[in-house]
Amino acid sequence: MTTEAAATSTFRLSGRLAELEERLLSGDRRALARVLSWVESGDQRGRDMLRALYPRSGRARTIGLTGSPGAGKSTVTNELAKAFRQRGQTVGIVAIDPSSPYTMGAILGDRVRMTELYLDSDVFIRSLASRGALGGLSAATQDVVHVLDAYGKDVILIETVGAGQDEVDIAGAAQTTILVNTPNMGDEVQTLKAGIMEIADVLAVNKSDLPGADRMVSALKALLSLNPDRGWDPPVVRVVATQGEGTEQLVEACDAHFDELQSSGRLKTAELERARQQITSLARANVLKELRTESGEERLAKLANDVASRTADPHTAAAAWLART
Amino acid sequence: MSDSATMTDQIRVLVAKPGLDGHDRGAKIVARALRDAGMEVIYTGIRQTPDMIAEAALQEDVHVVALSVLSGAHLELFPRVVEACGQRGITPDNTLFLGGGIIPDEDAEVLQDAGFSAVFGPGAHTGDIAEYVRAHVPELDRS
Repeated sequence: MTTEAAATSTFRLSGRLAELEERLLSGDRRALARVLSWVESGDQRGRDMLRALYPRSGRARTIGLTGSPGAGKSTVTNELAKAFRQRGQTVGIVAIDPSSPYTMGAILGDRVRMTELYLDSDVFIRSLASRGALGGLSAATQDVVHVLDAYGKDVILIETVGAGQDEVDIAGAAQTTILVNTPNMGDEVQTLKAGIMEIADVLAVNKSDLPGADRMVSALKALLSLNPDRGWDPPVVRVVATQGEGTEQLVEACDAHFDELQSSGRLKTAELERARQQITSLARANVLKELRTESGEERLAKLANDVASRTADPHTAAAAWLART
Repeated sequence: MSDSATMTDQIRVLVAKPGLDGHDRGAKIVARALRDAGMEVIYTGIRQTPDMIAEAALQEDVHVVALSVLSGAHLELFPRVVEACGQRGITPDNTLFLGGGIIPDEDAEVLQDAGFSAVFGPGAHTGDIAEYVRAHVPELDRS
């Protein structure tokens, strides 16, 4: 284990990659953009870059934003970015939208709400397609965040796809998770359900100038009062993101959560948990990739036949596929 | 569903509307058609300055910058986008510039000289645009 870790911290790039790394570390946005593409597509050059850059990451604050489609995640992200910029902090934004399950095409439209950030050279926005991942992020999201972190961004905002109830990967990817709600999202039973409601460190009620906001706020507060004591009571913040209302309170809530993470020591344990999750999910992806060779696909086709025709059950077939017999 | 490991050649396209006209129906239809052709389309919305478009193209590291103007200001705006991109190292050698809108043939020639590899006017089939992109992206210098 330690030898592998040491290999990363002493890893050096050479030739053109070394030159690109130097450009990236000196603030060249085009070098950053190209490296992010390689990292996103799983290109070997991306792997090498990440390996070289990784020891420089771990300094940025990461904040995730999740919530249903249309809740206002992009607009709230835009407001947060402006607030952090006013403090003089540099900002990276990673915004994920869904890929089509049929064509793998995607419309990445989160930028539409962020046009006022375009010409601030201390804000870097990257749109990602989910590319088949199901947890609300894309497989490369964490790596993209690592690179932005190594590049030197102070704060990285991660906006998930429009999430339903079960897209909870963001909680493992960001230090602080904001759940963006809106008024009239259903009755109180919705707030009782497991999943996305449980992962929020801060709850924003956006569009809170609309009727139903008071009820939403009190329903959320009632729900939170039933939570077991985890050392942090998620605050509920009223926001009208299109007017900039509530942004200050939202940033304060994020700061308070971050302070709590630091003082309780949970920042470190959460970082360990994040590392653990990333290793296991990468290992899972690698195993699958190794299985999906040409002969692996052939064996999969045969096994699928067996399962569909009921001559084998799915568990036995999966074990057989893994055993490569 | 495709395996995400096979996505290395995913084509990324920026669809943008420079200038002041707010008619984005054509841009949206093209965006949707390219999505259905399996591409990742970054849509930036209306009323973008050339610098805003160039900056988005830079950050998103796109293969294609597709512009739409319906106000007749294409000869004014399109070359300025190419220029703003060029200042950031984004040139016709490494990025495909496409123009769309109500563009007369003689203007299309001027735009081609300015760096646009193709101009699609009224009546262009969305399938042809996707095919054009797919055919020409591999020729770009993406090293």
